[in-house]
Amino acid sequence: MSRLAAVVGIGQTEYRSARKDVSMGGLVNEAARRALEDAGLGWDDIDAVVIGKAPDMFEGVLMPELYLADALGAVGKPMLRVHTAGSVGGSTAVVAATHVTSGTFDRILTVTFEKQSESNAMWALSIPRPFSMHLNAGAGGHFAPHIREYMRRSGAPAHVGPMVAVKDRKNALKNPLAHLQIPDISLEMVMESPMLWDPIRFLESCPSSDGACALVISSEELATKGPNKPAWIRGMAMRSETMTCKGRDEVNPLAGSECAKDVYAQAGIGNPRKEVDMAEVYVPFSWYEPMWLENLGFADEGEGWKLTEAGETEIGGSIPFNCSGGVLSTNAIGASGMIRFAESAMQVRGTAGEHQVEGAKMAVGHAYGASAQFFAMWAVSSEKP
Amino acid sequence: MAEKKDPNAERVNIMYAPVNLDYRFTASDHTSRFLESIRNGQFIGSQVSEGAPVYVPPRPVCPETGLPAERLVELPDTGKVHWYTIVHIPIPDNPIKPPFVVANILLDGADITFLHLISGCDNDDIDIGMRVKAVWKPEAERTHSPANIHFFAPIDKADALAEELAKEA
Repeated sequence: MSRLAAVVGIGQTEYRSARKDVSMGGLVNEAARRALEDAGLGWDDIDAVVIGKAPDMFEGVLMPELYLADALGAVGKPMLRVHTAGSVGGSTAVVAATHVTSGTFDRILTVTFEKQSESNAMWALSIPRPFSMHLNAGAGGHFAPHIREYMRRSGAPAHVGPMVAVKDRKNALKNPLAHLQIPDISLEMVMESPMLWDPIRFLESCPSSDGACALVISSEELATKGPNKPAWIRGMAMRSETMTCKGRDEVNPLAGSECAKDVYAQAGIGNPRKEVDMAEVYVPFSWYEPMWLENLGFADEGEGWKLTEAGETEIGGSIPFNCSGGVLSTNAIGASGMIRFAESAMQVRGTAGEHQVEGAKMAVGHAYGASAQFFAMWAVSSEKP
Repeated sequence: MAEKKDPNAERVNIMYAPVNLDYRFTASDHTSRFLESIRNGQFIGSQVSEGAPVYVPPRPVCPETGLPAERLVELPDTGKVHWYTIVHIPIPDNPIKPPFVVANILLDGADITFLHLISGCDNDDIDIGMRVKAVWKPEAERTHSPANIHFFAPIDKADALAEELAKEA
């Protein structure tokens, strides 16, 4: 990175299954206004806008960024749309921050969203195609075989996935913005919920949410001028790999681990398990917690589930994962990655409220997308390097 | 006189307006050969050169090297279950009834997997690594589609199942 950049404003909407009170424009505007307010800035202080969302098929509105420019104060300003499927929220934050570290702009507003209630995102990408088998049973159908293979390789006991489902929903109870609020969540409730894509049960899956998340990212000189503490971006990276290639390992993708290594190297993190205080990691199905614990270097291969089982990923554990409730509690797809990035920044700013990890100084935000092919990640710190 | 609006009436938030688009699908050279081949009950794959990774369905370009994968090779209809899931929910607009098993199948001699169904045995007896064989529809019913295969079944049961299904039809 050539210049330093920091998160100086964070804005999130309430996440619900249907935000019928606002249009797409109203939704992104709500998040953007909250981020600007947090940063103590107005629309005129913003140099450029970077927006992201998941594939347009999810709402059936093509290139919505064109019509959203007005709602984001972007008329007459440079605006860029990022496309990297489910990882887009993370990639959008990285693209926005890169426009600051490169010296191109001093202050960027970046926003991501999904309004799943306006369409049927679960099946939008599973439509029949000519001369092909019509067997895509949604995202869960795609990832279930990978999870089964992880369970086989690691020998993890069957209750580890349900433990993640319970932990993240308990965390969601401490986050008033989180979509799913299940006060009586328990291991029994999860294990008795219907099996959807064996071994993934209903309560081990993410919900469909409406919502938006926004960040204001600022250059070093301007970062300390706001009313609130900046979260310094210490490292950021993106990696991708092709969907089908001989030897590609969807369970432990090379692009994911290389992305993490790059971020740690930039941030001077030698041992993530010890030096990272918490992580917001993209876990749309419960078993992705132990899988990503390994892929991101928090545990050796085959050992991730032991950290989950020992409670190390709970708030108060040695490496808390998804204190906000995670994707398992809120999945406004396009925003889901940015929510991870935003929540990691909130933690090092000390503004995470009830789900705050005490004294968090270094946190990681992570997102993945498509067939576990696209990865985006950053490390943020309360401390300026 | 205009009727007074009922303030308690539910607001219209979403209007369902299905849109149709007719289009002509033109298969690429490799895909055309694959579909032609599969109509005749034969799998083919592609590779850059002899000994190089084999992609099935055939790819025009090797995803690893970017080189043209012009060499087409015939593959057997046997392989193994690479990974799988048992799906318990219906797929919209698909008549298949849950629970059904969708597997990533790795054909003998191929280097990437493709999705197809597994049947012909108890779902609980399916395992990663299980040897399977295609259960083909009778020749007269075949079209340009991977649906020419009913499903993949345990290797020792596939041919008998194909005969049985042909009789039922």
